[in-house]
Amino acid sequence: MPWDRNQMAARAAQELEDGWYVNLGIGIPTLVANYVGDKDITLQSENGMLGMGPFPYEGEEDPDLINAGKQTITELNRTSYFDSATSFGMIRGGKIAAAILGAMEVAENGDLANWMIPGKLVKGMGGAMDLVAGVGRVIVVMDHQNKAGESKVLKACTLPLTGTGVVDRIITNLGVLDVVEGGLKIVETADGVTEDDIRAATEATIV
Amino acid sequence: MKKVYGSASEALDGLLSDGMLIAAGGFGLCGIPELLIDAIVESGVKDLTVASNNAGVDDFGLGKLLATRQIKKMMSSYVGENAEFMRQYLSGELELEFNPQGTLAERMRAGGCGIPGFYTKTGVGTMIAEGKEVKQFDGEDFILERGIFADLSIVKAWKADDTGNLVFRKTARNFNPPAAMCGKVCVAEVEEIVPRGALDPDAIHLPGIYVHRIVQGDHEKRIEQRTTRKREEA
Repeated sequence: MPWDRNQMAARAAQELEDGWYVNLGIGIPTLVANYVGDKDITLQSENGMLGMGPFPYEGEEDPDLINAGKQTITELNRTSYFDSATSFGMIRGGKIAAAILGAMEVAENGDLANWMIPGKLVKGMGGAMDLVAGVGRVIVVMDHQNKAGESKVLKACTLPLTGTGVVDRIITNLGVLDVVEGGLKIVETADGVTEDDIRAATEATIV
Repeated sequence: MKKVYGSASEALDGLLSDGMLIAAGGFGLCGIPELLIDAIVESGVKDLTVASNNAGVDDFGLGKLLATRQIKKMMSSYVGENAEFMRQYLSGELELEFNPQGTLAERMRAGGCGIPGFYTKTGVGTMIAEGKEVKQFDGEDFILERGIFADLSIVKAWKADDTGNLVFRKTARNFNPPAAMCGKVCVAEVEEIVPRGALDPDAIHLPGIYVHRIVQGDHEKRIEQRTTRKREEA
């Protein structure tokens, strides 16, 4: 059985090491916070916060306290706030150990596309370009194929890029792949998924 | 020098002109200068270029200035919440310059610090790098980005004293300090003006040297994505 959204998030949480400062993107990456367990992980929200807490209880929402997805959140006893220039200073400066983010396409050379579909979707890159260029490790979590059944893991991206050669590891519903010399290497398969299943679902070169 | 004004319109008096570049603080609808935006709508000034991370929503924040077609060009990183923006952009009525979020913040900060350009690896090899100088440092490529020098800054803070020292609240700080720094003139709207000496000098987020005019007012502070969790049963 391929992994569902929560199983993908749980698998991604295993990537995080005690003491890390981490940035989680919108969608499945947000769920990763539910699976970090006892590890001492500090979540960064790039609009200007370290130590992001859970969603507030109903009636306790604060319009001055949101995450980068504009959702109401809470603070913790370790939280600090800062401005956007300082926030991206720590991202660009390599102080954030890892970013976990979604993608539209990933290529075998680590290229990532996740911000624009020309003529269709023009929302903007937000902080994604800064994150992939600056953080220590970039982990993509996404479905292996799109709704039409086509591989999102490609020889080369077709959409405008977010960054070139930036992705370290890809976690999909089928398994875990690393970007290595010459292509992608299968690190792990989801329960009941074989390496041949992954090869059949992947356009990129698997070494 | 008197910095406190009675209304947002009075605080902007004599500062607005067609075709000017305005830097605006705020992230989404959090910490946006909503009263100053309303006063700019009323002023009728047009052909504005606005540097702001987002463009508001259709009926709130910078979306109001888009609805009245007073904005000619936006410099932003994310505009996904605004249908009227998308319509004007796709029909060619509105210019849009996408900036990575950190690059936009640093361009504002740099402008405020008198730095005309800086090199960053953000966007290397992407559409954002097109037409920009590439320079290698220690074997790695970086692109040249320009500091932003705005004609006017509009920001929102939590508290001010009458000398313009500002304190922000939680994540409503966001782009406000860098946006404030990069303008020739900065107007700040605040929730409360406190007497001189009431703010702890060690806890001031933006010194009053960057802030020329202040106005106090009531803020709607709209929430864009209300997300909550259930209380655990005892």
